[in-house]
Amino acid sequence: MTDHTMNISENNFEQCLKCTVCTVYCPVAAVKPEYPGPKQAGPDGERLRLKKPAFFDESLKYCLNCKRCEVACPHDVRIGDIIQSARIKYSTKKPGLREMMLANTDFMGTVATTMAPVVNASLGLKPVKAILDSVMKIDAHRTFPKYASQKFETWYHRHAEADQAKYAHHVSFFHGCYINYNYPQLGKDFVRVMNALGYGVHLLDREKCCGVALISNGLIDQARHQAEINLDSVRKSAAKGMSVIGASSTCVFTMRDEYPHLLGIDNADVRNSINLATRFIFSLIDSGKAKIAFRPDYKLHLAYHTACHMEKMGWAIYSIEALRMIPGVKLTVLPSQCCGIAGTYGFKKENYPTSQAIGSTLFRKIEEIKPDYVVTDCETCKWQIEMSTSVSVKHPISILADALDFDRTTALNLKT
Amino acid sequence: MNSNGESHFDVIIIGGGATGAGTARDCAMRGLKVLLVERHDFASGATGRNHGLLHSGARYAVTDHESAEECIKENMILRRIASHCVEENDGLFITLPEDDLAYQAKFVEACTAAGINAEVIDPALARSLEPSVNPELIGAVRVPDGSIDPFRLTTANIVDAKLHGAEVLTMHEITGFVIENGRMKGVKLLDHRTKRTKTIYSSITVNAGGIWGHNIAQLAGVTVNMFPAKGALLVFGHRVNNMIINRCRKPANADILVPGDLICVIGTTSSRIPFDECDNMHVTREEVDLLLSEGEKLAPSLRNTRILRAYAGVRPLVASDSDPSGRSISRGIVLLDHETRDGLAGFITITGGKLMTYRLMAEWCTDLVCRKLNSDRKCQTAEIALPGSRKEESQARKYYDIHGSAQGPKYSLDGVPQPSRDASATAVTSASQAETADKSAEWRHGSINAEINATDADSRALVCECEEVSVAEVEYAISNLHIDNLVNLRRRTRVGMGTCQGELCACRAAGQLAKAGRCARSAQDDLEKFLQERWKGMYPVAWGHTLSEAQFTSWIYEGVYGLPVIENK
Repeated sequence: MTDHTMNISENNFEQCLKCTVCTVYCPVAAVKPEYPGPKQAGPDGERLRLKKPAFFDESLKYCLNCKRCEVACPHDVRIGDIIQSARIKYSTKKPGLREMMLANTDFMGTVATTMAPVVNASLGLKPVKAILDSVMKIDAHRTFPKYASQKFETWYHRHAEADQAKYAHHVSFFHGCYINYNYPQLGKDFVRVMNALGYGVHLLDREKCCGVALISNGLIDQARHQAEINLDSVRKSAAKGMSVIGASSTCVFTMRDEYPHLLGIDNADVRNSINLATRFIFSLIDSGKAKIAFRPDYKLHLAYHTACHMEKMGWAIYSIEALRMIPGVKLTVLPSQCCGIAGTYGFKKENYPTSQAIGSTLFRKIEEIKPDYVVTDCETCKWQIEMSTSVSVKHPISILADALDFDRTTALNLKT
Repeated sequence: MNSNGESHFDVIIIGGGATGAGTARDCAMRGLKVLLVERHDFASGATGRNHGLLHSGARYAVTDHESAEECIKENMILRRIASHCVEENDGLFITLPEDDLAYQAKFVEACTAAGINAEVIDPALARSLEPSVNPELIGAVRVPDGSIDPFRLTTANIVDAKLHGAEVLTMHEITGFVIENGRMKGVKLLDHRTKRTKTIYSSITVNAGGIWGHNIAQLAGVTVNMFPAKGALLVFGHRVNNMIINRCRKPANADILVPGDLICVIGTTSSRIPFDECDNMHVTREEVDLLLSEGEKLAPSLRNTRILRAYAGVRPLVASDSDPSGRSISRGIVLLDHETRDGLAGFITITGGKLMTYRLMAEWCTDLVCRKLNSDRKCQTAEIALPGSRKEESQARKYYDIHGSAQGPKYSLDGVPQPSRDASATAVTSASQAETADKSAEWRHGSINAEINATDADSRALVCECEEVSVAEVEYAISNLHIDNLVNLRRRTRVGMGTCQGELCACRAAGQLAKAGRCARSAQDDLEKFLQERWKGMYPVAWGHTLSEAQFTSWIYEGVYGLPVIENK
């Protein structure tokens, strides 16, 4: 791992010209006066912390790691990374039970899926919510995503795995926790679309949670451990010439960029093998490597929401263009802004008002437009928007799967 | 005192550097009626233009035993009386492969003889104590060096002198003396603000003008033969090191890297310059190149670190009286009683020495003043702490105590390592922006921070974001610390000393000064001068991000605010 003390100029912090545009684009600074904003918390604060760690300011926990500051920065300062690295290095607050529970998605998911009906029912009960709120400080307004009664992996092994070898091309699928434990249908949609395009879908040798929630909740050692396992699997896949595709923008972003920047794990050899589902699919079709046909009767008004990490990767264009391929879709691209949830951030009671204040203009806009669905690549944006508006949210892959003319597409790709 | 100059002082001290301020304090503490006059601002000469190194004396141990002994004694005194100006971070003397490791034994022996605790440590330990150090080092010695802020030190001496009744005039330049029958009776002053002259009388006049003391002595008709030696330094944008890094070899150019507040400083060079350059020194390209190439050898990461600016100070080297040619130079303290030396009664010059020995110089000088005034009051400046370093005064507020060492043993007054007080240094955890600004203010002002009233959102707002200086701190400085312009304010608070070099804070600070009773026109002139002064320091290192920053600053001030375009002269 990188020794933070050896290269103190990392994250380019001294490139900061103090223009303050990062703070202008910070969703938290706009609504929470207690948060000093990315310029102060990042490059300015870093100089103070290099003087004495006692200058570390616990208000850095209000940073939701959206990285919109980095997108705004004209001088390539990794402001979000500076802030998150400072939290990792200097924070004296130890993760509590709440942080362990929110961050350990694999453990919680494995336990919960085995008794999904009970867990789902009880997490929705008022007394349980009251206890979560008062004891665990998980805000009562929040609804935990429902757990599935069958994990995606189980479904895959029973119903899909055997068919995959017959395709001409192959990819690995990083399904992530949400698909595996909460919403296997999205994983099934991905397999369906990829199969139609002539691609077999395979699971990784071993997959652990990408670790984003562990990082933001301060469980760094565990995050490093899981990152090593995932990268090991990615390397095995890449050695077979198979890209690793994820549907969740945050999982993909974490494995590509947070591993080296925050966990100090070098992934340069396989970073480009890790790709996002919409980007991979759109590129296939755009380059003519695959063809796609849609149902003529599929007619919907969709509104695309750019998740923060999509903005950071600069990849929203791939999802937007993929949706625009569907003839019957009227697409409204919502103004790119943070919805406020930022993974586990918005679940914490102290962050709930901030979270909702950040998203409020987005929610109003959605209610004004009243699309049939909001579409986004991020599962936590989905929870936030569904909780805060009257509109349902879908992943672009699910939209493609619904709109797809499966038989015609399969035939088109067999010919080529 | 009225402007007719009818009042009479026991002693007038000329020069607002550390020595003059320290002498004013010492004299005032011994009950004398004191006036200090300074032509510009406190610490505007050599005092404010050096490394800010709390020498252990190790640098002089081999070549100048007497200076080394003085240094370690004063070092231990300053840790106690000026704790808010001092950072107890220790120093390393490293031997690189190109250096002679045999020098180390000689060095340690000389340190020990001078009473300096010099401990040979394993190069691996040195690398872990100070990760920025050149990893190729083959030897390391740990010594009780530290960092000291000369601006704060001088200000604290001034504040305490005033608390003991001293009067202080800044922006007052000596134009002549009143000398009658071989006795100096007073000084003629020009007030730079009003352009009016005045005469003030005293029993004794002390020349503490540093290199400018040469000219002051000339005005009095006596000769003090000094030689200005210029030393250039570079300021980096943030701390690369937390311990002082020196080369373990015969003192040479650019072989000390000192962390100071939020930056670090490499220096120095050494070259004789003519007197007429003392007031307008420029750092040359050759000096910058030398500082960088040598500095990288101490800490290789300096190569990639942004340089904020370059500056130069001038050492007052004094020719010994027996050899006015200047070939025999004394680096020690020079106290001249012009009554016995030149037959001019009532005039004393205190010069030579170094920042480290300012207090001892003041003590010697005040002892002589007291003898002449038949006072037997004893010096107490080694025992009584300066304002800002009195922890008992800050009971009303939380005292963060952030100056202590973060890494390893402390040194007690006799140089023996003491257990670290780490727990108190990191005990502060509650979160808010106001708190980091409050901690920064305490770092600068020590226990005096209790007088800075950052009580509401407006007063907690930051004027200077890089250095975290609040509106309340600026207001405090304007009301209490002799602020006439932005440069004065910078020396008291660090406004404009950070990465942006005034880009964001200069206009805000100018607004604060205008609000405090200056007219808008003069505030604008002041703003122009301040930005010119900042650019002068950036110019010798204007490449990379420093140049981008300067360009951005010019867009704001020349493009948006319409200030006149700065010309390079």
